[in-house]
Amino acid sequence: MVNVIWLLLILGGMVVSGLHHSMAPVTAAIIEGTEKAVEVAFGFIGILTLWLGLARIAEQSGLMRALARALAPVFSRLFPGIPDDHPAMGNMVMNMVANILGMGSAATPFGLKAMEELQKLNENKEEASANMITFLAINTATLTLVPATVVALRVAAGSKNPTVIVGPTIIATAFSMAVAIAVDRIFRYFHRDH
Amino acid sequence: MLSHVIDTISVWAIPSLVAFIPFYGWLKGLAIFDVFVEGAAEGFAMALKTLPFLVGILVALNVFQVSGALDAVIGLLAKPLGYVGVPAAVVPLILVRPLSGGAAMGIVTGILQRYGPDSFVGQLASTLQGSTDTTFYVLTLYFGTVAIRKTRYALAVALIGDLAGFVAAVVLSHWLYR
Repeated sequence: MVNVIWLLLILGGMVVSGLHHSMAPVTAAIIEGTEKAVEVAFGFIGILTLWLGLARIAEQSGLMRALARALAPVFSRLFPGIPDDHPAMGNMVMNMVANILGMGSAATPFGLKAMEELQKLNENKEEASANMITFLAINTATLTLVPATVVALRVAAGSKNPTVIVGPTIIATAFSMAVAIAVDRIFRYFHRDH
Repeated sequence: MLSHVIDTISVWAIPSLVAFIPFYGWLKGLAIFDVFVEGAAEGFAMALKTLPFLVGILVALNVFQVSGALDAVIGLLAKPLGYVGVPAAVVPLILVRPLSGGAAMGIVTGILQRYGPDSFVGQLASTLQGSTDTTFYVLTLYFGTVAIRKTRYALAVALIGDLAGFVAAVVLSHWLYR
C-alpha cells in the first residue's frame, strides 16, 4: 500500500505538471525534497542521542520496567505475547507518555527504540508483526493532553480564547484512538494465521 | 486559568524528565553518566538510518505539492465535502495532515490569519491539527528504520483512525462553535 501511494504521489505530480507544461519546478521540488530530508535527519541526531542516553538510564535503573509493570494489565491485553518486563513494553510506555504530554521530540526516539525491540520478537523480519501494527495504530492516534503547538499558534494569531480547543481536541483524539484500536482488533482477527 | 496550566505543563515536561531519569538512576546506584553515554552512542546511527525513508517521502510529497496535483485533488474534493459540513478552507488541511506535519502547520497558520482564530473555520482547523498525526510519515519512518518491507494492514488501520478523528473534530466543532 505504501508502494502504491508513493508511486501515485510522484506520477500524479508528473502528470499534472506535464498537463501544465511546467516541468522545471518539479526538478527543483525533487532537489528541495532531498535537502529537506537531510535537514530533518540531521536535526534528529542531537535529540535522538540525548533521549537514547536517557532511555538507557531508564532501562538499566528499572524505571521502564516499573512503568511497564504498572500498565501491564492494559498493555498485556493490547500487545499479547510480549513479556511484561520486555524492553519493548517500557519503550512503548515511554513513547505514549511523551506523546500524551505533547513532547514530540522525546516520543520519536522511544518509538523507534520500541520498534527495534518489537523487531527482535518478530518472527518474519520483513513483515510487520501484529503488535507493531497495534503500536503504530495507537501511536498515530495518540491522545494529546496538551496540544501546546496549536495553542501557541492561536495565541500568536491573537485569539481571545486560545485554549477553548483543548477539550474538543482531547475528545476527538480519544475517539480516533478508540476507533483505531477497535479496527486493529478486527484486522488482527482476520490476519491471525500470521 | 486552563491556559496557564497548559503553559506550565508544556514548559516543565521535558526538563522534569531530563532531571528525573538520571536522578532515579543515581538513587538505584547506577554510574549514570557512563550508562547515558553508552546509550547515547546509538543516536547518530539511528538518525542516519532514517535518512533514506525521509528522502523518499519528502521528495514524493514535494513533487505532488509543487506540481499542483495537490490543488487539483483539493478542487475535486471541496464540493462533496462541503455537503457534509466541511468548509472548503480546511480541505487542504485534511489532505495534508497525514502526510506532513510542517506543511499542515503552515496551512493552520494561514487559516488562523485569514479567518481569525476564534472563527468557526479557525476553531475547526485548530481542533483538526491537534487531534491527528502525520500518519503516513510516522508509518514510513518507524517501519523503515527496522527494515520492515510488508506493512500489511497497518496503513488501513491508521488512516481509519485518522478519519474517525476528523469526523469527530468536524461534528464537535459544528456543535460547539456554530
